[in-house]
Amino acid sequence: MKNFEIFTKGIIKQNPVFVLLLGMCPTLGTTTSAVNGLGMGVATMFVLTMSNIVISLIKNVVPGKVRIPAYIVVIASFVTVLQLVMEAYVPDLYSTLGVFIPLIVVNCIILGRAESFASKNNVFSSVMDGAGIGLGFALSLTLLGAVREILGAYSLFGYKFADTDGILIFVLAPGAFIALGYLLVLFNKYKATLK
Amino acid sequence: MESSLKNMILSLFVITLAGACAVGAIYMLTKDPIETAKKEKVSTAIGKVVPEFTNDPSEGKLTEEQEGGNVVVYTAMNGDEVVGYAIETYTNNGFSGDIKLMVGFLPDGTIYNIEVLEQNETPGLGSKMKDPDNKLRVSFEGKNPADLNMKVMKEGGDIDALTASTISSKAYVEAVQRAYDKFLTIVK
Amino acid sequence: MEYILIIIGAIFVNNVILAQFLGICPFLGVSSRVSTSLGMGAAVIFVMTIASLAAYLIQNFILVPLGIEFMQTIVFILVIAALVQMVEIIIKKISPLLYQALGVFLPLITTNCAVLGVAILLIQKRLILLESLTYSIASGLGFMVAMVLFAGIRERLDLEDVPAAFKGTPIALISAGILAMAFMGFSGLV
Repeated sequence: MKNFEIFTKGIIKQNPVFVLLLGMCPTLGTTTSAVNGLGMGVATMFVLTMSNIVISLIKNVVPGKVRIPAYIVVIASFVTVLQLVMEAYVPDLYSTLGVFIPLIVVNCIILGRAESFASKNNVFSSVMDGAGIGLGFALSLTLLGAVREILGAYSLFGYKFADTDGILIFVLAPGAFIALGYLLVLFNKYKATLK
Repeated sequence: MESSLKNMILSLFVITLAGACAVGAIYMLTKDPIETAKKEKVSTAIGKVVPEFTNDPSEGKLTEEQEGGNVVVYTAMNGDEVVGYAIETYTNNGFSGDIKLMVGFLPDGTIYNIEVLEQNETPGLGSKMKDPDNKLRVSFEGKNPADLNMKVMKEGGDIDALTASTISSKAYVEAVQRAYDKFLTIVK
Repeated sequence: MEYILIIIGAIFVNNVILAQFLGICPFLGVSSRVSTSLGMGAAVIFVMTIASLAAYLIQNFILVPLGIEFMQTIVFILVIAALVQMVEIIIKKISPLLYQALGVFLPLITTNCAVLGVAILLIQKRLILLESLTYSIASGLGFMVAMVLFAGIRERLDLEDVPAAFKGTPIALISAGILAMAFMGFSGLV
């Protein structure tokens, strides 16, 4: 039961995007469509889960003073693995997400979970934590991507439902900020009703 | 573990070594699939920009290395007859970085079709050059560059630019022009 | 002329924060006061320039000759992390006041995607050494310009009566969107 809670907390209670406000760069930069948001979310989830596993395995053999560089090496290795695999099997998505794939290395969520969770807990809990937070991140990015795609291109997951261009600004940079801002407002409203 | 200098250096060294080995191994494993994916992308693009052919255009391709990129000519043959040339071309003047196109010419110089191989233009604006029925591609399709004023309409030319993406459109036209210049040197 | 285009492009047209979404965390986190955002901006310009120079040299004289370009991400992030440590030690010695003001955010430059992002982008754009330097300094300046402008807006926002649900980050994001829209106007420049 406890592990199940660790898994589900990342989806709403500790949602990395809407509650912790972490990992904003890929959140804003890659969500031009629902598919791109989902792709980025799953990529991050992979790195987060894998690095959580390894870090919780090596937590006892890494001297305290060099733990951050050690974690960065672990994370960077998984990101490079991800880059190579994506280039080989999903080259189109890889080129669309562009610079944001190597930038997963500096996503505050991943180092944050390594430092605050995986370095203190056992492997199984760390997997649950990584997968849960990663899923929360992926869902948030897909949601933001879907909102921007619906408003900006009148389509969802590539299926167009109106024959016109859409409110272009939502696909462009300003729309990312504005759409996320309003989603946060709705999230805050929802949280307020819970109290 | 204790943070003595020896421990710190040793553990970082081991972790880095393990990371590098893992990445190296994955690199070996993915090297071929990455190559295949790249080749496949090119051959799919060739298939779209020239009429039906029976040979393998990648054999006997002509590569010219230029300062900003490569121009590659693929010749499509149906039996012994040349049905078209697919020319891979580039521009360094996109709105955000390089753009690579595959431009297909019929033997008389008419543009059969154009495919975008690589672009990083603004999503929703310049990136529309990828869409199947975008204005740029349509402006070129079935026309011979010899009869066209190869400039965007804003500059008095015949090419319909993408909405709010003059820079991307100009870069696209430049890349097509580069392919046509190459085409003229081969058919002569 | 080409260099002027790179500078204007990197500061205004392709602003790291407002058009490329790099370095959003410090943008939202440190930008509540104009003075701190100036300090953060200066630190980023400094780190970004050195990091880009290091990235350029490593890419062209180590990774490419050895044929291990795929190790780029790992090598770059380690070099940047080491550089940031150095800058932190230097600032601590030279200006304790600035160190106090930036406090927790200096180590965060390591995880500032703008620094790594610009280093990767200038390799992707295949810029030569001088262009790379120009591009990274201009990107850093663009970062500072956006930070300072935004801090000015947020200082005023604090005094306004904002609806409860909009308080804090939401209204900041929406203001950033409007600022980004204003910056889009610059795209006519190049």
